[in-house]
Amino acid sequence: MDQTIFVLLAQDGVTNGAIYTLLALALVMVFAVTRIILIPQGEFLAYGGLTMATLEAGSLPGTLWVLLGAGAVAFAMDLATARGGGRRLPGRSLARSAAWNLGYPLALAALLTQLPLAGLPLAAKALLALALVVPLGPMMYRIAFQPVAEAPVLVLLIVAVAVHLAMVGVGLLVFGPEGSRTTPFSDAQFEVGAMQVGGHTLAVIGASLALIVALYLFFDRTLYGKALRATAVNRNGARLMGISPALAGRLTFLLAAFVGALSGLLFAPMTTVYYDSGFLVGLKGFVAAIIGGLGSYPLAAAGAVMVGLLESFSSFWTSAFKDVLVFTLIIPVLLWRSLASHHVEEEE
Amino acid sequence: MTFRSCALAGAAGLAATLLSLPAMADITIGIIASLTGPAAALGAETRKAVSLLPDRIGDEKVTYILLDDATDPTSAVKNVRKLISEDKVDALLGPNLISTAVAMADIANAEMVPMVSVAPLDVGGDKRGYVFRSEPSADLMVQRIVDDMVAGGAKTVGFIGFSDSWGELLLKALTRLAENKLRIVAVERYGRADPSVQAQALKVIAAKPDMVFIGASGTPAAMPQITLRERGYKGRIYQSHGVTSKEFLRVGGKAVEGAVLPVGPVLVAEQLPDTHPAKTSGVAFVREFEARHGHDSRSTFAGASWDAWLILKTAMAGALQDKIAPGTPAFRTAVRDRIERTNGLTGTNGVYTITAGDHAGYDPSAIVLVTVKDNQWRLVK
Repeated sequence: MDQTIFVLLAQDGVTNGAIYTLLALALVMVFAVTRIILIPQGEFLAYGGLTMATLEAGSLPGTLWVLLGAGAVAFAMDLATARGGGRRLPGRSLARSAAWNLGYPLALAALLTQLPLAGLPLAAKALLALALVVPLGPMMYRIAFQPVAEAPVLVLLIVAVAVHLAMVGVGLLVFGPEGSRTTPFSDAQFEVGAMQVGGHTLAVIGASLALIVALYLFFDRTLYGKALRATAVNRNGARLMGISPALAGRLTFLLAAFVGALSGLLFAPMTTVYYDSGFLVGLKGFVAAIIGGLGSYPLAAAGAVMVGLLESFSSFWTSAFKDVLVFTLIIPVLLWRSLASHHVEEEE
Repeated sequence: MTFRSCALAGAAGLAATLLSLPAMADITIGIIASLTGPAAALGAETRKAVSLLPDRIGDEKVTYILLDDATDPTSAVKNVRKLISEDKVDALLGPNLISTAVAMADIANAEMVPMVSVAPLDVGGDKRGYVFRSEPSADLMVQRIVDDMVAGGAKTVGFIGFSDSWGELLLKALTRLAENKLRIVAVERYGRADPSVQAQALKVIAAKPDMVFIGASGTPAAMPQITLRERGYKGRIYQSHGVTSKEFLRVGGKAVEGAVLPVGPVLVAEQLPDTHPAKTSGVAFVREFEARHGHDSRSTFAGASWDAWLILKTAMAGALQDKIAPGTPAFRTAVRDRIERTNGLTGTNGVYTITAGDHAGYDPSAIVLVTVKDNQWRLVK
């Protein structure tokens, strides 16, 4: 192995690591706030990438139907809660639910049918793809997780697996079995010292860094961010302070869906994305999140870059065992963590 | 399209339940395909071919029951048992993968139901008495590649393939057939959903092979070629016959220009010389198929699925002439015996001569080499 190969492999590893970082951060965030291990995180990536590909092909993305359907179900559930007595929802919040779950998807549908999709600039398509996929996050929380928000971690995990399977199935239905690639955000090549750096590589790393900074600012400086942190620290305490756990959950899922869809937009120009690609990529993000103990953002990010590099170099040395090596990494990490940290009793 | 085909599958299922009760004398053909799971792209081709199947053989009505195996041998087995015990099928068609086919074959054999596989499973030996196949073996296909490589003056070859049974099968075929002719200087593996194959491509390029063989299938097969070209590899790149449709060209774009692969003739039916036996039937099939499923929707998998039905149909027509009633063990055995007498049957994707000793019976001279030019399949003359 000479130096050029080393540099290329490292670059490849860091680029993939940047994608895994995004997913790992989203996983850590969702787990901290809601105690849900968000298995369907990768699906947001697949949906984002494939929605972008459909828009590039100039046709109406099937994600729209998913959004319309999920919105209708979410509104019906809000309506049932409002009618069901007990905890009565005031009319205003019902109107808000109708606006978000019915009004927004319909408005987006009207917009999409009017726009000349194929002729739009790349940035507009990316925005549309985000506008289509991101609202699925809060809807997913409303439909699948809010009714069982107080359940033990294991139940939440099982629900997450079910949601993952459902989303893969729906993905096959709306996107079809074949995969797609999208155009890179930049075709430029830069000479940095002796190595060639692709414009898209820089875009991926830049977007990841920007998102990390944005998330930091959000959690550190804004009221909503602080509310989420408070919920993460102590759910009941936050509730007593007037922070609605349902709102915290929906907000977290909104962020998770945004991060997932964005990573999908970054991922799709690098490789072919299939309706079921999300799971494996999400799993690598999960390995990274585990390295961070599902609690530390910087450790998770470091873990993600490590997974990316390990993957890249093991592909070079022994490509047949690449995935084995990446997933085996979790065993020493778990051993070390369980030996190093003292045992904490499960809350249940 | 997906919504409609889903509704179709539902309707077919409903029709099957309604029809299976009163119409005991009708012919029932059970079809297993990978409609979901990793091989869903292949199953979709079988489903498209099934949607064209006529509803009569001779004067008998035929009912088709299409079930999904979810790309999983366990569900394949479960659904085959259901087809045999509940629906009393007269024959089985499918599945798409060797892994599911192997699991199905044992049951078809034990229950004595004739089965024509669209996957190239090994059909030799006593244990496969009722099992046939319409897809040519990997050896025949790889043989064409090796011959072409040697004719092109190659001395060394690099391999990048799937890290699954398909990649393994192709590598084994390559290793065996290239012996004493070509030296395999690099063997690399990758997964269908991998984010990149940079490392594997670099390693192959470092070994400086004259030509590269990519042992993958469907659209994921485009990625190694794209990366190899990005990294400046100039040699000729061969793809396997797992690349069967236009989707590969869509995903691969400019990078797959010049790729060479052996295929069943249906992919380039119109370009075949008039002397090619499968030309007439291939062109007719492609016309009908693309009228239904859209321009350039053809694939060798759809062709092989159609041919599997053709083999069954010919045998069943013969059995009906002998006045054997469908739905009986005698009919199933008669169909099996008739398939073993298939002689020079011209399908859309090749010519089949099946005997008791050879349950594959694919005539290798039907295989053609194609290349990609201007984002189109072109027959290599």
